[in-house]
Amino acid sequence: MTALPLKDLPEHDRQPAAQGAKLRIHHVSKVFEQKGQRVTALEDTHFDVREGEFVTILGPSGCGKSTLLKIIAGLTEPSSGYVMLNNRRISGPGADRGMVFQAYTLFPWLTVEENIAFGLKLKGMPKTQRQEIVQQYLQLIGLDGFGSMYPNSLSGGMKQRVAIARALANDPEVLLMDEPFGALDAQTRTVMQELLLQVWEKSHKTILFVTHDIDEAIFMGDRVYVMTARPGQLKAEIPIPIPRPREFSVKTTREFMRLKAEILDLIREESWKAANEIRSGECL
Amino acid sequence: MRLRQYLVLKGNIPSGLYIGLGCLSFAVLMAVWCILTYGGVVPALFLPSPSEVAVQFYRMLTELNLVGDILASVYRVSAGFLLASLMGVPLGLLMGSFKLAEGLIEPLVGFVRYMPASAFIPLLILWIGIGDLEKIAVIFIGTFFQQVLMIRDVAKNISQELIDTSYTLGATQRAAFLKVVLPAALPGIVDTLRITLGWAWTYLVVAELVGASSGLGYMIMEAQRFLRTAGIIVGILVIGLLGLITDTLFKALYHRMFPWLERGTQ
Ligand SMILES: Nc1ncnc2c1ncn2[C@@H]1O[C@H](COP(=O)(O)OP(=O)(O)OP(=O)(O)O)[C@@H](O)[C@H]1O
Ligand SMILES: [Mg+2]
Repeated sequence: MTALPLKDLPEHDRQPAAQGAKLRIHHVSKVFEQKGQRVTALEDTHFDVREGEFVTILGPSGCGKSTLLKIIAGLTEPSSGYVMLNNRRISGPGADRGMVFQAYTLFPWLTVEENIAFGLKLKGMPKTQRQEIVQQYLQLIGLDGFGSMYPNSLSGGMKQRVAIARALANDPEVLLMDEPFGALDAQTRTVMQELLLQVWEKSHKTILFVTHDIDEAIFMGDRVYVMTARPGQLKAEIPIPIPRPREFSVKTTREFMRLKAEILDLIREESWKAANEIRSGECL
Repeated sequence: MRLRQYLVLKGNIPSGLYIGLGCLSFAVLMAVWCILTYGGVVPALFLPSPSEVAVQFYRMLTELNLVGDILASVYRVSAGFLLASLMGVPLGLLMGSFKLAEGLIEPLVGFVRYMPASAFIPLLILWIGIGDLEKIAVIFIGTFFQQVLMIRDVAKNISQELIDTSYTLGATQRAAFLKVVLPAALPGIVDTLRITLGWAWTYLVVAELVGASSGLGYMIMEAQRFLRTAGIIVGILVIGLLGLITDTLFKALYHRMFPWLERGTQ
């Protein structure tokens, strides 16, 4: 990974801003340049995530969600702005920011157990301790007894469960999740949502969860950030006051419906605005 | 309708049938050979019969030092191929992993690759004579440049997302190379070696046709000189058989090394 040197920040900008925030995304933007074409994937994105919070980001396909998470993970350099974790500016990727990717990214040559132990082994943790943690997470994700299988013979849902276990077993400061259930069918998706919430209730990790599914964003999050496309930008922050622990049944409550209607309104408004802008642009 | 069921696009067939089909194709070849020779369609000077070839094979084993020729050839192929692989695999991985290495090496290798290895033979004889070293050099030139580019492609095709995943789990660049790039590339490397070993044999024969005093290629040339057509066929068959054996070994190695590539294994 080639981490470019980040511009030095004035001291005053650094300190008061990040107080109390576990993760701070500070006016981050990203412009891709390809064959002379400039694509603004992310424009002036600014928000905080507090310790132990479950924050979801909701946005349509191509609005820059993956780009945002990759910048936070340190895999992509922002064009401007920066990311702070525990009041320290990040540069490059690290084990403190775990990530579950949109695509299946289990190492196919390692068994389920070896996949989960990958980060622990890198840390140089002794084998007995490693095995203990692996067993614990296998149980947590309900894959007891699947430890010696290779990813090739797992279903999509099982693969993502292992990917989550692998990220959690490494005990990161924050967990970044990029549409982890995006490729799963509706039924499996629901099961996985509940499972992840159960796991989160036990660990209270700080989680930043990206999705394009409104129900998922509301069901999982303490707060939902609504993102719009072209250029990708946060448009609204919606607190989700639904009490925890949440079960699937909250999806049919009046409160849930109200929140969903609110977000739908917001999204519709934004898409109309975007459509009108394109139309007026054509007239010029 | 059994046949119908076996004619499904990319469908599976019983393994017994698969092996049987392989034997069938050999049997057909054999039958055609028998008809052509025993039926007197083709004169023995052009195509000797299976029994003549078998007799010749026995004679060569006992009187003409066939084993010595085989050993000489196997030694040359192994040395040339090993030398090429020892340099080609690391270099290819380097090129696939670092644009810097690719930029430096790719144009040169891409250029030399199109020069026929056999055309180097006169030059090599001039430089290092007609000994084993020259044969090994021909095989090296024939395989190395192809290998480098094939291994480079293998390394290039490794998913960036797997590498990124290892970074988010705390891997350094070194760890990502050793624990992700290498294991991910290994099946492709073994496959490339298997394919290029076949090419190494081709270049061996080319090398031994010129200025050799031992080896299978030399033996074939000698047989032709004395119009021992059966001897030519023995040489070709022996090379084919050696290729088949190494190929089978490589395939077995592949299955042993990469159980994770097969679905549903534990
Ligand atoms: N490496 C890159 N080079 C050039 N353009 C890129 C690159 N990565 C992303 N983009 C562009 O940036 C925009 C945002 O992409 P991104 O993958 O972040 O979207 P996303 O919200 O994750 O979409 P999806 O929901 O489909 O996963 C897209 O227009 C995409 O074409
Ligand atoms: Mg994405």
